[in-house]
Amino acid sequence: MYSQGLIGADGTTDEDEAFLQHFQSRIDAEQKIEPNDAMPEGYRRTLIRQISQHAHSEIVGMLPEGNWISRAPTLRRKAALLAKVQDEGGHGLYLYAAAETLGISREEMTEQLLTGAAKYSSIFNYPTPTWADIGAIGWLVDGAAIMNQIPLCRCSFGPYARAMIRICKEESFHQRQGYEIMLTLCSGTPEQKQLAQDSLDRWWWPSLMMFGPHDSDSTHSDQSMAWKIKRFSNDELRQKFIDATVPQAEFLGIKMPDPDLEWSEKRGSYDHGPIDWDEFWRVVKGGGKCSKDRISDRQAAWDNGAWVREAALAYADKVRARQATAAPTPVAAE
Amino acid sequence: MAQEASTTSIVTFLTRLGDDQLVLGHRLSEWCGHAPTLEEDLALANMGLDLIGQARALYTRAGELEGEGRGEDDFAYLRREVDYQNLLLVERPNGDFARTILKQFYFAAFMTPFWQGTSNSSDEALAAIAAKAVKESTYHLRHSAEWVIRLGDGTAESANRMKCAVDDLHAYTDEMFQSDALTKELAGAGVAPEPATIKVQWQASVTEIFDAANLAIPEIAWPQLGGRQGEHTEDMGHLLAELQFMQRAYPGLQW
Repeated sequence: MYSQGLIGADGTTDEDEAFLQHFQSRIDAEQKIEPNDAMPEGYRRTLIRQISQHAHSEIVGMLPEGNWISRAPTLRRKAALLAKVQDEGGHGLYLYAAAETLGISREEMTEQLLTGAAKYSSIFNYPTPTWADIGAIGWLVDGAAIMNQIPLCRCSFGPYARAMIRICKEESFHQRQGYEIMLTLCSGTPEQKQLAQDSLDRWWWPSLMMFGPHDSDSTHSDQSMAWKIKRFSNDELRQKFIDATVPQAEFLGIKMPDPDLEWSEKRGSYDHGPIDWDEFWRVVKGGGKCSKDRISDRQAAWDNGAWVREAALAYADKVRARQATAAPTPVAAE
Repeated sequence: MAQEASTTSIVTFLTRLGDDQLVLGHRLSEWCGHAPTLEEDLALANMGLDLIGQARALYTRAGELEGEGRGEDDFAYLRREVDYQNLLLVERPNGDFARTILKQFYFAAFMTPFWQGTSNSSDEALAAIAAKAVKESTYHLRHSAEWVIRLGDGTAESANRMKCAVDDLHAYTDEMFQSDALTKELAGAGVAPEPATIKVQWQASVTEIFDAANLAIPEIAWPQLGGRQGEHTEDMGHLLAELQFMQRAYPGLQW
């Protein structure tokens, strides 16, 4: 178990002013914090919350795209999609492992996901009715994820930062793959281009919501910035994403579903229309079209797999017991 | 001097072999996101990817030899159910994890020696495909055999589920060893081993693993055959309806 022997894994650290100042000085000096290092409980809790929710997002995120593996239009697309969804599972695995170094088990995290105690990115509560959604998710959802995640490669917590380096490489590949699907659709028949447009219409606003509430309404930001878990604000990252993505839509020849979207010479950025935060909160709180389905799918996988996990443990116990019986009696050294 | 196999026979054979890999790869991909553990989710997807990759290589080679402009997707997406010549075993629904893993074990215990025998095929392209596939299949065999033992010798429930899986699937195993004019022609020409010659090795693998898993090999009263002639179970039409959906709904487009 990773959690064994970690300082503070039982939730206690001595957080006097000197301790906090020393910790902050390490952060300010850009030193990586490692699992065995002393850290404030708040830092540990924030990271467990963020890393586990990130892991859950990868795992739940397998479902909307998994919806098209059996129906992918060509063998090349089928293999690429299966490999991509498998990558998401791999990301979940590294992230759960990174969170485990902070003293929480994968089983506890899974429990939190299934009871709703832990959230996951609410983008995955939207459905994928057409093949074009596989393109749009790669292009927009993975594109937004990359904007969020590249700064995390420099996160102050070592295991998270290192996991993110590999994850970002794979996400960047997924993003190009998604864009290439969109490009193929947009260079196809009018019907294919319409599939791409419909999909952009459905995914654009939810993608912008992935960056979280406006800075003025974000509750966790300031402390996370000070601890260098987070390096840019929600609005900064959202703006970077919009500025990078609008020209890509223009190249595809499809239209962003925002009548207020306009280049601002003054700001050197795109202005955009108001985000529907009521929709955001509705979906975050469980009112998305697929919210219930996603959790019930994860619950079913967990429940249906229980006998398999129990059997694997029982078998491992039997093997250990047999080895103990079969082991020769130790002979004292002469 | 060995008789050369006709091009048509090799094309049919490659297609048949491609069908086995594609259909089982498709079945494995159905698990993605729903497996009992995250590690197993990755492993099932991995095996599915290997098999889909093998199918692509086999179909592509079949299309090249045939010389009528058919590519991998023409074979996968634009044939009728009756034209698919896969084993019935691979099209059977996944069922629970015991059934999925047993299906994989039966198939890999056959394909591993089959690919070994094919890796020195007189057809160089097929020999190259086999040389790569045998490495993948060896892993599939090891992985699935470990699970057969773990589940067979795990808890009372897992042992019972493994036994039910054996009762359900064993009747589909005889089909792997059937000879017909095509397998004879190809064996005669040194293209691929006669499936019947692999039965001894297959039985040895199954006996070894079943012994460790406390499972008995049942007698087969009525072997289930027909896949090689395009006579499928009812599951196949549904599998193809999903697999081929896009190509049928939007004919002739690039994706």
